[in-house]
Amino acid sequence: MSIVTIERKVLEKNDAVAAENRARFAARRLFVVNIVSSPGAGKTSLLERTLETLKGRLRVAVIEGDVQTDLDAQRVARYGVPVVQIVTNGACHLEARLVQDALDRIDLDDLDVLVIENVGNLVCPANYDLGEAMKIVVLSTTEGDDKPLKYPAMFRNASVLVINKMDLVPYVPCDIAAIRRHALQINPNLIIFETSCTTLAGIRSWCDWLSSQAAHVHA
Amino acid sequence: MHELGVAEGVLDIVRAHVPPGRARDVRAVRVRIGDWSGVLADSLEFCFGAIVAGTPFASAALDLERVPALGRCSTCGHEFELDRPGAGCPMCLSALVSMSGGRELQVVSVELDEPEADR
Repeated sequence: MSIVTIERKVLEKNDAVAAENRARFAARRLFVVNIVSSPGAGKTSLLERTLETLKGRLRVAVIEGDVQTDLDAQRVARYGVPVVQIVTNGACHLEARLVQDALDRIDLDDLDVLVIENVGNLVCPANYDLGEAMKIVVLSTTEGDDKPLKYPAMFRNASVLVINKMDLVPYVPCDIAAIRRHALQINPNLIIFETSCTTLAGIRSWCDWLSSQAAHVHA
Repeated sequence: MHELGVAEGVLDIVRAHVPPGRARDVRAVRVRIGDWSGVLADSLEFCFGAIVAGTPFASAALDLERVPALGRCSTCGHEFELDRPGAGCPMCLSALVSMSGGRELQVVSVELDEPEADR
């Protein structure tokens, strides 16, 4: 009997490709965010409102990740920004390699912000680094205020929490203070925004923050 | 939810480290798996068994080394097992706790029988 010592991270391949992506972004001073949420929280709607608001202010491109269809890419393309759809064909998360392939179809030299919209899933995307500067987790008020405690890895790995569908608060049993308390319990450094893609409440301050981050990276 | 991909990652690493011609001698693959790695032990074992079936690694089994989730208090430095997400420090009751263990997902080693020719 003999033992061969290995000591290698299982996801090291993904991490290595993510590091290549990150170096590519850094060389172009490009601010890259990875938007994650459960299905239907409003990632694409938030992106649409963001693209409307930032039109003429920032050059944005989008990578859309979905299990099937290019419906999201069609929605985003209406705003006149470059968009690439990744169809994972069943896989529950984006991996760094898929993003790397998509990068070949975008002119990165002509950009301020790249938004990667991950597959709707609060579990797996937490474990896969894509090379982004930060993860943005979107949680909608219809999902309930216990989600940060139920899916802690995602809230721990994210830098920003966007609480979306604020317009529905009067109609659903959701305690915003509890979302904030639970999320900050998991990750005391989270930056939190409250938005509605219907009334546009909070969209301005979210977009201002995004612009300031992009300017900071671009400087 | 993505244990099949993780099992493939484990097998790739094993392939890269087992000496040429020794695949059939691999008995156990030791994998360190944190309680909060997001990977289910049973599911990973099932997926690994499924992908090695019919390959030279068919007699390899996973030997999982569980790592409990550990928190370290940012206020007093106390380290403790995190039995639930968001738990505060049991010593000083501070809520500022960072994770110091439990997210591991690593191939530690492989165990090989002696080469068939030497038996």
